[in-house]
Amino acid sequence: MAEIRKATGFIDWLDQRLAVNKFIKVMMTEYWIPKNINFLWAMGVVLMVLFMILIVSGIFLLMYYKPDINLAFDSVNYTIMQEVEYGWLWRHIHGVSASVIFLVIYIHMFTGIYYGSYKKGREIIWLTGMALFGMFSAEAFSGYMLPWGQMSYWAAQVITNLFGGIPFIGEALVVWIRGDFLVADATLTRFFMLHVLLLPLVILLLIAVHFYSLRVPHVNNQESEEFDFEDEAKKYLEGKKVESKVVPFWPVFLSKDFFVVGVALTIFFYLVCFHYDFAMDPINFEPANNMKTPAHIYPEWYFLWSYEVLRGFFFDIAGVAAMDIGLAAFGFANVIFMLLPFLDRNTDHVAPAHKRPLFFVWFWLLLIDMIVLTVYGKLPPTGNNAWVGFGATITFLVLFILLPIITKMEANCKCNTGGCK
Amino acid sequence: MAVETSRRDFIGMAFGGFAAAGGIIALGAMKKTWDPLPSVQSAGFITVDLSSMKEGEVQTIQWRGKPIFILKKSADMPKNEKRDIVAGGSSYAVMIGLCTHLGCIPTWTPTTKQFKCACHGGEFDASGVNTFGPPPRPMDIPPFKIDGAKLVLGEEGPEYKKLVPKKA
Repeated sequence: MAEIRKATGFIDWLDQRLAVNKFIKVMMTEYWIPKNINFLWAMGVVLMVLFMILIVSGIFLLMYYKPDINLAFDSVNYTIMQEVEYGWLWRHIHGVSASVIFLVIYIHMFTGIYYGSYKKGREIIWLTGMALFGMFSAEAFSGYMLPWGQMSYWAAQVITNLFGGIPFIGEALVVWIRGDFLVADATLTRFFMLHVLLLPLVILLLIAVHFYSLRVPHVNNQESEEFDFEDEAKKYLEGKKVESKVVPFWPVFLSKDFFVVGVALTIFFYLVCFHYDFAMDPINFEPANNMKTPAHIYPEWYFLWSYEVLRGFFFDIAGVAAMDIGLAAFGFANVIFMLLPFLDRNTDHVAPAHKRPLFFVWFWLLLIDMIVLTVYGKLPPTGNNAWVGFGATITFLVLFILLPIITKMEANCKCNTGGCK
Repeated sequence: MAVETSRRDFIGMAFGGFAAAGGIIALGAMKKTWDPLPSVQSAGFITVDLSSMKEGEVQTIQWRGKPIFILKKSADMPKNEKRDIVAGGSSYAVMIGLCTHLGCIPTWTPTTKQFKCACHGGEFDASGVNTFGPPPRPMDIPPFKIDGAKLVLGEEGPEYKKLVPKKA
């Protein structure tokens, strides 16, 4: 044990026991961030803030919510919305932040794709990020079911039914997941447990790993410029702050983050106060009824693109049932982003998309295609809509099949910058 | 030296083996905890009296939390020998009223004599056979027994076993 001497103050007392000064240096004042990054890099901090808002508002909702099929609907729509003081505010904050957090996650993801932040040394950051996306999806879905409204009930019925597509064990697996032959009380209570305990724990753990995985390869920058962080940090500490390419996380970089968080929260609270209804489906204000399906089922907006991939195939191809092709495509869509660092065959070269002409086209096609999938995922799958959905689904699959080919072409093109001119 | 190493290896492997066995048993217990409760599994039998039904009428009843469609076929509806249930001299189509695509409940459209699923546009004919859209197979027939003009759901009678061997 280190020698403990009389402390000169509270911080010193803590420092002798917890090494807080060292900790603050490593985590904050000597955690180096490149100067050359734009507001898109602040999305991580925005996500952290939104996640905290979700936890706090969730705790307040938890005090009145009842996970029982006979009580759940009224505990939300009567007790929390009418009786509890400011209960409506917590609910709207929780609902809106659940929706907005996905928008920010998508911006965060596409920023990573655009600037090539998923490859060469940063693969683990990408993988843990995608694992977080998966966990957030499960978290959002399990929470969506809790108010026991018609739309959430049937969403649960449909999503749990998807596991029925797994060969041999499918049927039994569906019953096992539900704990009943249909989505019932057992299903509600176990989803409640997942939503308030297990998944948040996993998410917190994954966030810690995601942050840690950033420390070694460091944050990428707008030019994907590689430099020696230790040299640059040394320059900064020597007082050559203008010459140095890095700034400390605290207080310099966070001051910029705070500004972005401020703007984001302004928009967020505008939505909470004036447009909370976008995160509230009208059909969900009708209590769940296992004998009546709503006319048109659709998920929340952030799942629409993969939902459209699921239902994009509406006719059998070469004797394979449309449903099975759809399920396979859905499975593909849900794992393919995870594999991105390995599909990009231009492994040695990190550059933003505007310096990689083929990839640049690929990136924007993907983004546009996902917007098309999202829009058509909400529309009824009939007539022309079905064909647009089919086309967009095919485009999605083809884009990912093309990615290794175009990035290999790019890697083979010997230009001094590594990218094709 | 060699002796010591092998002793340590043995202790390590023995410990690892015990831990793995314990882990597998614990996983089994967790799996069983999530299984449906006995009260759920023993969901009862339902007896439906068919004699009061009108031709061309669809009756929906609930069995094990699932909707069951019972359609008394009228003369203009095509018979389906592989699926129809004959009781008291009339033909009935009996099926679990869940679309075989993703489990939504289709609605009966009397004008076209079809079951239509609004979710993904699946269509089934009066016998519950899929005719359009993503549903991969006809609607499932629940286990039943015929008792005169009554239908007992939940029990596998000889008539049930004669029908399409495939069920849910």
